[in-house]
Amino acid sequence: MSSAVVYPILLPLLAGALSLALWRSVRWQRTLGVVFNAALLWASIWLLQEVMEHGFVTMEMGSWPAPFSIVLVADVLAAIMVVLTGIIGLAIAIYSLVSTPRGHEKFGYYPLMHLLLAGVAGSFLTGDIFNLFVWFEVMLLASFALLTLGGERAQMEGAIKYVTLNLFSSAIFLTAVGLLYGMVGTLNMADIAQKVAQVEDPGMLTVVAMLFMVSFGIKAAAFPLFFWLPASYHTPQVAVSALFAGLLTKVGVYALFRMFTLIFTQDVDYTHTILLWAASLTMLTGVLGAAAQFEFRRILSFHIISQIGYMMLGLALYTPLALIGGVFYIMHHIIVKTNLFLVSGITYRLLGSYELKDLGGVYKHKPWLAILFLIPALSLAGIPPLSGFFAKFIVIRAGIEAEAYVVTGIALLVGLLTLYSMIKIWAEVFWKKLPEHVTNTARLEGRIKDKHNWAFYVPVVGLAVCTLIIGLNGQPIYELAEKAATQLLNPQLYIDAVLGGQQP
Amino acid sequence: MESLMAYVIGILFAAAIYMMLRRSIVKMVIGLILLSNAANLLIFAVSGMKRGAPPLIPEGASAPLGPVADPLPQALILTAIVIAFGVLAFAVVLIRRAYEIVGTDDLDQMKDTDT
Amino acid sequence: MKMKSNTVILHTAALFIMPLQLMFSIFLLLRGHDEPGGGFIAGLVAASAFVLYAFSFGAESTRKLLRVAPRDLLAAGLLFGLASTIPSLLSGQPALTAHWWEVPLPGDGYLKLSTPLIFDIGVYLAVLGTIMIFVVGLMESDE
Repeated sequence: MSSAVVYPILLPLLAGALSLALWRSVRWQRTLGVVFNAALLWASIWLLQEVMEHGFVTMEMGSWPAPFSIVLVADVLAAIMVVLTGIIGLAIAIYSLVSTPRGHEKFGYYPLMHLLLAGVAGSFLTGDIFNLFVWFEVMLLASFALLTLGGERAQMEGAIKYVTLNLFSSAIFLTAVGLLYGMVGTLNMADIAQKVAQVEDPGMLTVVAMLFMVSFGIKAAAFPLFFWLPASYHTPQVAVSALFAGLLTKVGVYALFRMFTLIFTQDVDYTHTILLWAASLTMLTGVLGAAAQFEFRRILSFHIISQIGYMMLGLALYTPLALIGGVFYIMHHIIVKTNLFLVSGITYRLLGSYELKDLGGVYKHKPWLAILFLIPALSLAGIPPLSGFFAKFIVIRAGIEAEAYVVTGIALLVGLLTLYSMIKIWAEVFWKKLPEHVTNTARLEGRIKDKHNWAFYVPVVGLAVCTLIIGLNGQPIYELAEKAATQLLNPQLYIDAVLGGQQP
Repeated sequence: MESLMAYVIGILFAAAIYMMLRRSIVKMVIGLILLSNAANLLIFAVSGMKRGAPPLIPEGASAPLGPVADPLPQALILTAIVIAFGVLAFAVVLIRRAYEIVGTDDLDQMKDTDT
Repeated sequence: MKMKSNTVILHTAALFIMPLQLMFSIFLLLRGHDEPGGGFIAGLVAASAFVLYAFSFGAESTRKLLRVAPRDLLAAGLLFGLASTIPSLLSGQPALTAHWWEVPLPGDGYLKLSTPLIFDIGVYLAVLGTIMIFVVGLMESDE
């Protein structure tokens, strides 16, 4: 037992409560935002170290023995996800210092951000299926409020769809948890994994598996359940978009990884084949949707969907290499996608629009910003030697080895179309001449200098460096992903870590 | 009793989906409320129903005497009700503000952000 | 539309019922550890007391009666909840492990304090705060 596993949840909760108490002082809330998210990153790295040393870190809440208590479990995958949460949290906290409008800060932006991070970290670390539901709801409630901060018309319209579909998915999740409890009589995930083998009615188990798949599929924005995402992600202010883009859907993906490697492995032929086709269609529809868009953040939103497909593909192929690819892809994607949204926020700051037709000429005035866009953009498209190349390479190689040629072909095609989208943004925003109807060019041409611009660039540069490190120094990251995949493929390790020692 | 509950839950789910597909946002929220109630009842029904056997341990004993109802589903339902309460309170505030800002309660008029 | 009622019956009844509800909520809170009761239900009862008051006397006088902003109640509740993990973490046990202290009182009795009680008080305040945020907020947006 190590207490490392509880701090990534406690720190954001504490930060949220403190910023709520310091409601009147925006300055204190900002300081707390940066300090506590830095602390969260530090705590998550500590957790990863502990996990690398011991394999698993568990904690039985309230000292009640394992199958009866809520257990926090960190395996390598969970620890990686928490580290990524810390990185994104810190980047967003710094970026928010300058990008968040005063009105939003006064209406609880910071407490909600911390609550969201607590929900995300809690979802990654819990080993109890009902507790997972609770953390999902914590995260959702915070995201609902963040999405509607500001109260513009588009935000309201987007939020109604987002809220309805996510609540619907939660209800399905709850139904599935209830049915599963009725069959196995336990909520501890390790204990469930042990007991599903004894269930007399495997057909019913598959039904429950499908309920979980639909529920997490909605949260992960998988085909055909993704329509809430492009309707809402481009509506809030950009730091919120970036936070959502980086973390929220990935919680759904994480839950899919957890459920379909630990618990529902009894009928892989059936469930994982459905996952496979859902993954391919997710990739394809996402990227085709993006091709039809001409708004910076809408294009990026659709690309979230297509990238979710690659991660699910890693899970669906269900071979060691494919799982490594899936985990690697998640690591690469969270960083790159957040970074792209942050860059879109900078161009919005410069020219006051997200519409491609109202943007242009950025390369001429800000060549370094253009480079900062190219790093994550080319990485997303999978150009070597950036992180996306290795992520795609591993997944596609796993697809070829598994002889799933059609799906692999789709994955390659989608990579090409991603490149098309990124080049479209590059050509429209950075390369083409500034359209003549755009007049508010003072910031772009450097005639207005903002004082605290560093806070825009520090997170973007930091995340770009992360991308480069993953790309150029891939071996340690690959080994990390390999370790995570090994644990995922041996559910017995997880079961022993959670229940071992207490079993008679 | 179980089969009666099954029908009730089925009707609740059906009514919830029907309401969610209506155009009015108020009816949609009513649908969400019905949906969470249906899920709660379902947990209650699948975990086995017992009457008059509260899971309380009498003083002096260390285990309940005789068979008792499973307390865990009750705890789950209570938690789920709490969460549903919070989320639905938010949803009510949301549709109210949406109505004020958009000026209509018709979902068909709220298609600006669709693609 | 004014969300303030003008009936004498409600006014008078609210003033009588409210103290009873508040006392009952404290009773439920303290009883909660061993017997049915607890922070959540007690918070709901307390919130219903304030909501009744708000219905009969309006949102503004409810804010005055509460003295602290509902938001601060929520913050205090969260901090209480988090504080209840400190004793267990300091002594190196898993978070939320229960700790008990018995404080002798003058006379014969003693007061039983525990981390679950602190947690329950936190839940009580958080529930009260959340409900008041929603109810007062909705009422004010009407006025």
